Amino acid sequence: MGAHHHEVVSVEEQFEFTAESKRNLLIGMGVGIALVLLGSYLLSQGGGHDAHAAAGHGAEHDHGAHGYHWTQRIIANLWLNSVYFAGISIIGMFFISYNYLAQAGWSAVFKRIPEAMPAFLPIPAIIMIVLAVFFGDKIYHWMHEGIMDPASANYDAIIAGKQGFLNKPFYIIRLLLYFGLWYVLWRIVRNLSLREDEIGGLDGYEKSIKYGTAFLVVFAVTSSTSAWDFVMSIDTHWFSTMFGWYTLASWHVAGLATMTLTIVTLKERGYLKAVNESHLHDLGKFCFAFSIFWTYVWFAQFLLIYYANLPEEAIYYRERFSGYGGIYKAPFFINILLNFVAPFLVLMTRDSKRTSVILKLACWSILVGHYFDFYTNIMPGTVGANGGFGAVEFGFVLLFACAFIWSVSSQLTKANLIPRNHPMLEESLHHDIA
Amino acid sequence: MHVTSPVRTPLVTGGKTYADVTEDICKQVEGKPTKEWKVAFVISLAVLAYGTVCLFWTWWEGLGVWGLNKTVGWAWDITNFVWWVGIGHAGTLISAILLLFRQKWRTSINRAAEAMTIFAVLCAASFILMHMGRPWLAYWALPLPNTFGSLWVNFNSPLVWDVFAISTYFSVSCLFWYVGLVPDLATIRDRAQNKVSKYIYGVLSLGWNGSARTWSRYEYISLILAGLSTPLVLSVHTIVSMDFATSVIPGWHTTIFPPYFVAGAIFSGFAMVQNLMLVTRVVYKLEDYITFEHIESMNKIITLTGSIVGVAYLTEFFIAWYSGVEYESYAFYNRMAGPYWWAYWAMMTCNVISPQLFWSRKIRRSVKWTFFISVIVNIGMWFERFVIIVTSLHRDYIPSSWAMFSPTMFDIGDYIFSFGFFFTCFFLFSKYLPVINMAEVKGVIKSTSEKLPLKVSGVSKAERLASPAYKKDAE
Repeated sequence: MGAHHHEVVSVEEQFEFTAESKRNLLIGMGVGIALVLLGSYLLSQGGGHDAHAAAGHGAEHDHGAHGYHWTQRIIANLWLNSVYFAGISIIGMFFISYNYLAQAGWSAVFKRIPEAMPAFLPIPAIIMIVLAVFFGDKIYHWMHEGIMDPASANYDAIIAGKQGFLNKPFYIIRLLLYFGLWYVLWRIVRNLSLREDEIGGLDGYEKSIKYGTAFLVVFAVTSSTSAWDFVMSIDTHWFSTMFGWYTLASWHVAGLATMTLTIVTLKERGYLKAVNESHLHDLGKFCFAFSIFWTYVWFAQFLLIYYANLPEEAIYYRERFSGYGGIYKAPFFINILLNFVAPFLVLMTRDSKRTSVILKLACWSILVGHYFDFYTNIMPGTVGANGGFGAVEFGFVLLFACAFIWSVSSQLTKANLIPRNHPMLEESLHHDIA
Repeated sequence: MHVTSPVRTPLVTGGKTYADVTEDICKQVEGKPTKEWKVAFVISLAVLAYGTVCLFWTWWEGLGVWGLNKTVGWAWDITNFVWWVGIGHAGTLISAILLLFRQKWRTSINRAAEAMTIFAVLCAASFILMHMGRPWLAYWALPLPNTFGSLWVNFNSPLVWDVFAISTYFSVSCLFWYVGLVPDLATIRDRAQNKVSKYIYGVLSLGWNGSARTWSRYEYISLILAGLSTPLVLSVHTIVSMDFATSVIPGWHTTIFPPYFVAGAIFSGFAMVQNLMLVTRVVYKLEDYITFEHIESMNKIITLTGSIVGVAYLTEFFIAWYSGVEYESYAFYNRMAGPYWWAYWAMMTCNVISPQLFWSRKIRRSVKWTFFISVIVNIGMWFERFVIIVTSLHRDYIPSSWAMFSPTMFDIGDYIFSFGFFFTCFFLFSKYLPVINMAEVKGVIKSTSEKLPLKVSGVSKAERLASPAYKKDAE
């Protein structure tokens, strides 16, 4: 192993959230808000597609009584970004939890980055709970007035059959449970980690394994049920047993890409000197492997539905392929291109996983790609033929991304950038896979 | 420089030197067969003989000797096939995926697990041949140009995908296993006492000379094969699940099948590895190499995959209700409370509840509990396939076609055949090949030993020290 000499690196690093970064993020949020306002004005002036021309394709959402109002697109965008960024945030916790459980050593040096991500959770949580309480019927077919009431003109027998699960009180309880459990368990592990920095010892490590495992048990159930709640039940008639794991795979790889991108960016700015090419290589492998894993579940779900061709299932892809005037066909293919083809080809070789520029390229592809993944799953069921990609979409993504970066940055300032007393740190500092 | 954190638990105990590793593992290959081995081998040959007679009669007389009927056209044959293929997942998972994840504990168990994989896949393949009824036409499953006119396999059929998936998996698993064996075969060749074994192990070790270049190639090919096998591990049971899931039969057509089958396969595979290794480690006195850490790690994987399978069961159940599809809801209600309720509850108890016992550290570090639960898991996984196949079929769309399945002695006898075959192969393997990868254990001995001897390259302190098998100075 003589070929690889390690420089002695300092583990004392303090991240500084500079005034300049804050200013840039504020400008980003300002531009985001301006774009949203501009887009809203255009939408309110009837800039959208003609809702009625294509309504026939979306039989699922054609309940007459619910005319489309342009604000629905705002609500759908808020929902989409909240689901996406909540997922990315919680993957930070998921990553540290399975690393603790598997006794991973290599990841200790950059553990503070995934650890910082779940701090953003309260923001999507509040947005989603407010939206669900006050504007649920704009998102969910099953929250429409009278849909479960046999006396109503809106009555839908199939949806009414799901009332035991899809009813508002139980739904709100579930939302509170998801975010509550996720956030509290993260807080505990985060505090143990911060305390370990100060006092050392193995107590924090051992407890983190326990709480991390508890989180994994909770997440094993809630990742699936939240995927049904947040996304699948929008297309209320439709169902797929794969959907929970499919959404988890999507969140997971997007979270990994976020971590990798953050680590590479911090390194470029002179932080995380202890992170070497081997760490980047392994992060690249994770992004590569889990892009393929996402593709695997995506394809398995698609193939089985396509092959069996049962009308109640195939309608889902039919709507995205040719429904609503075909406006979702492009996002449908962009999804596969950015999430499979691009990372698969770009990250294939060993050297590309060790090159910052290429890693960044692949991570951006994955991040944009999985936005489109959620876009294709959420938009047809919420806005149907009135969907599109305009100022509102760009504005909201910008706003959420800047807020997320702000949240991660301010978390990073709260502790030494490298967990100095982590029992696996020595292994990680000497990580060398040649 | 690699560092091992002090919080890690040791994987090799007893203060072994490199020579000890060689001695402890080679002596089983070099020594005369023990009485226990002979007895066990004769028993498995007897079982194989009985199974062969049953199988012969099945082919001679036709598949009518099985208990199949018009409604239940697949039963034990496909249940056994899927069960064996599932068991055949652990070896390549251990050797490929755990290699990619740099799990050092895989080194003591990968050899036997891979061997087991190969034998299990062969057992699975035997059921494919059996259920064809006319096995001499088995090559019809291959897309071979032929003289029968336009006869050609149906590429739309997942059964054809299966032929490709399993034969690819089998070839790569064999290759992986064999490449891993080469350095160890060379060790045995170098120590061989008589000309016959020197010649045989010499040919098998492909001229391995232990130079830096051969080692570099060895590591290189291991990584490449690991990269190739990882998607293969997933693909095999994915395709097997599609044999069911592409259909429109309630209980079979569900999108979660591919990853859920893969998790179930790894689950049963690890249980089988546990059963075999727990016996081997005692009989061959390998407690210093297959330690409680290994047993515990495998039990953790059993709990993880068992829980994944549990989540999948509950998801299927929930969606069957949520979908509002009457056929689907009935299929699941019928599984739980219909005439095959006992099979369903056997599956639930064995697969979902029993591995949860491993949350207790005491139980997952207990040899007896581990052995017991592993047997339970494999019984459960057999019932899982039986439940999926038979309960979905036996309630046909028209109630007048409803039927039950009862196995005949040939259903049972052909299943027994596969056990005879499996254990005959495994006993031959464990006698004539090293059951632990010596070279790879030596690779981790410095970083994972409980206590290192003063000189890790010192001579062996084993029994035969007085009369070493390989007299280095004599040559």
